[in-house]
Amino acid sequence: MAELRYIDAINQAHHEEFARDERVVVMGEDVGRKGGVFGATMGLFDKFGEDRVIDTPLAESSIAGIAIGMAANGLLPIAEFQFADFIHPAFNQIVSEAARMRYRSNNAFGCPVVFRTPYGGSHGTALYHSQSIETYYAHVPGLKVVTPSTPYDAKGLLKAAIRDPDPVMYLEHKRMYRLIKGEVPDGDYVVPIGPAVVRREGRDLSIFAYGWMLHESLQAAEMVAKEGIKAEVVDLRTLAPLDKDTILKSVAKTNRALIVYEDNRFVGYGAEVAATIAEEAFSDLDAPVMRLAGPDVPGIPFSKPLEEWFYITKDKIAESIRKLAAY
Amino acid sequence: MSAMEAKARVTPARHKTLGLSDQDVLDMYYYIALARALDDRMWVLQRAGKAMFVISGPGHEGCQIGAMWPMDKKHDWFVPFYRSIAACLVKGMTPRDILLGLFARAEDPSSGGRQMPGHYGHPGVKILSTSSPVGTQFPHAAGIAYASKIRKTGEVTMTAIGEGGTSQGDVHEAMNWAGIYKLPIIFVVENNMYAISVPLHKQVAGGNVAARAAGYGFPGVATDGSDVLECYRVSKEAYDRAKRGDGPTLLEFRVPRLGSHSSDDQQERYRSKDEIDADRRRDPLQTFRIYLEGVGLMDEGKLKEIAGRVKREIDEATDYADRSPLPEPESGVRHLFHDE
Repeated sequence: MAELRYIDAINQAHHEEFARDERVVVMGEDVGRKGGVFGATMGLFDKFGEDRVIDTPLAESSIAGIAIGMAANGLLPIAEFQFADFIHPAFNQIVSEAARMRYRSNNAFGCPVVFRTPYGGSHGTALYHSQSIETYYAHVPGLKVVTPSTPYDAKGLLKAAIRDPDPVMYLEHKRMYRLIKGEVPDGDYVVPIGPAVVRREGRDLSIFAYGWMLHESLQAAEMVAKEGIKAEVVDLRTLAPLDKDTILKSVAKTNRALIVYEDNRFVGYGAEVAATIAEEAFSDLDAPVMRLAGPDVPGIPFSKPLEEWFYITKDKIAESIRKLAAY
Repeated sequence: MSAMEAKARVTPARHKTLGLSDQDVLDMYYYIALARALDDRMWVLQRAGKAMFVISGPGHEGCQIGAMWPMDKKHDWFVPFYRSIAACLVKGMTPRDILLGLFARAEDPSSGGRQMPGHYGHPGVKILSTSSPVGTQFPHAAGIAYASKIRKTGEVTMTAIGEGGTSQGDVHEAMNWAGIYKLPIIFVVENNMYAISVPLHKQVAGGNVAARAAGYGFPGVATDGSDVLECYRVSKEAYDRAKRGDGPTLLEFRVPRLGSHSSDDQQERYRSKDEIDADRRRDPLQTFRIYLEGVGLMDEGKLKEIAGRVKREIDEATDYADRSPLPEPESGVRHLFHDE
C-alpha cells in the first residue's frame, strides 16, 4: 500500500495490465517516448516497446477507428485522447461503430476498447482544454462510462475497463491528476463498473457528484457540518450504467437531493439523475430536486475572473446546501 | 473495356501467364454470374414487395472477384462496403446468407435482421460487420492489419469503398496510418464515377484516386474494372506485397455502374441514356464471357449449365430465406453488451 497521486494510480494500472496480458496496447498522441502529456503512460514505451505503446498521428477519428479494428483482431486497445475537447472528431467512430459493434452484428463481434481522456476544467484550461463530455457518451446505448474520483478507484476501474469485453469511456477529471492523493494497494484488484459509493454519511440531504465535483462537494459538506447540516455525499463513479439503487436508498434516507456537475446545466448528466429521483422517489422528497451545474456557455473562459465565475466551488455548493436544507 | 476491346484482348495464354488454371477462370466466371443473378433476384424481390430495400453493385462484380481471388478465404480479413456482394460470396458467404439479410431474418449472419440489407459481416469467414456511415471501415481495416502485424499472424486485410467514400477524412487517416506502419493491407476503391448522383469531377480533385497513394508512400494502381484478369493481376501483386511485409497498396478499379444507387434511386434522372448504354457495353459478365469463349473454355452448353446451377442455388436460397423465421420482438434488447 502506497499513497499515490491520481495520475500515478492510472499509470500503475497501465503497467500492471501490460505485464499481465500481452494483448493490451495503448495508442494516442505522445503516449510513447514522452509518456503522455500528463504522464499517464510514463515508462511503458521503454518497458513494453513501440509495437504496444503507439504514438499515433494527430488524428482522433482514426485513434478510435483503428482501436476498433485492433479489438476485432485480438488486441485489447486503450485509446488515449489527449484532451476530451479533441475527442469530437472521433464521435462517429465511438458512437456509430464501437458502441454498436456487438448489437449490430447480433453478438458476432465485440469491441473491447477503452477510450481514455482527461476532461474538465483546471486553472487556465480555457474553452478548448476544459470541456466536460460525459453526457454525450452516457446517452449512447452500448457504451459504459466511468469517472473515478480517487486514486484507488482510478486504478481499479481502469483495470475493470481494460478487462471488460465491451467499450468503456474512462474519463479523468484533469484537476485531480496531481492534487488528489490516496492509498492504492500495490497488487491486483478491480473496482467493478456500475456501483456508486457513499463517501460521507449524512441525514439531512444527499449530494450526488463525480470527478472533481466530488471533492468540492466533500469540502462543502465539511463546511456546513459546522453549521449543523449533515450532508450525505454519494460518488456516482460509473455514469452508465447508473446505480439507481444507491441513489434511491440515499434519497429515502435524507429526503432531499442536490446534484452537482461541472458540465453545462442544460440537458447535463445531472438531469438524468434528477429525473430518476423525481420518477422513482417522488414520495420520499421533502423538497424539489436541486441541480448545481456549470453555466450554459461553451467551456470555461480563460481570464481569471471569468474562470472563477464559471467554477463550481465548495462555497457555491455550500450555498446550495443551505438553501436546500432550509426548504 | 467494351466487347470489341475484350475480343482484342483475348490471348490464349493470358490467364495461364497469371498463374490461373482453366478451372480458376471458369470458377471466377461462375461467381460473377452468381453475384449478378443474386443481385437481379434481390431487385425482383424488392419490386414484388417481398423486400424493403436493396443496395447492390451490378457492374462491380468483375473487379471484386479479381481482387478477392488471391486472398485466403479462411485466414485473411475482409472489411466490405454495401456493394461488396461478389467479394463476400468469394470470401465465403452464401446466397442464403445474403438473402437472409435481405429478408431481415433472425438467422441473418450479418446482423440477425437488425441492419438494412447490404451491411455485410460474417465472423466465420472473417468479414467484419459494417455500418452505414461511409469511410469508417477504413480505420477498422487498418486496425485489423496492425493487429495482424504485431501478432505476426500473416493475415492480409482487404477493405473496399466507392470513390465517393474517399472524400472522407477517415479514409485519409487510415491510409496515412497504414503507410506509416507498412501494414499488410489492400485498399480497394471501386470507382463507378458517381456517388449517388454526384459525378467524379465534383468528388475527386484531380480525378485520380490511385494517384493519392503516392502521398502515403505506397503504390496506387488504376485499373479497368471490367477487365477481370487485369484486376486479378494487380490484386495478386498487392497481395504478395502485403504478404512480403512491404506494406499497403491502393487499387482503384474503374467500373461500369449498371444500376441505380439503391432501390430508392432512379439514375435516369441524372445520367444520360448514352452514358448508361456505354456502361452496359463494359459489363464484366459480358467481357469475361467473351474472353472465355475466345480461349475455347466457354460455349452455349457451358453457359446454360452455369446459368442453371446459379438459378437452382438462388431459388433454393430464396425459398430458405423466405421460410426462415423473423426475429422475436423481445430479442430487440439483447446483445447490447456481452452475455446479455
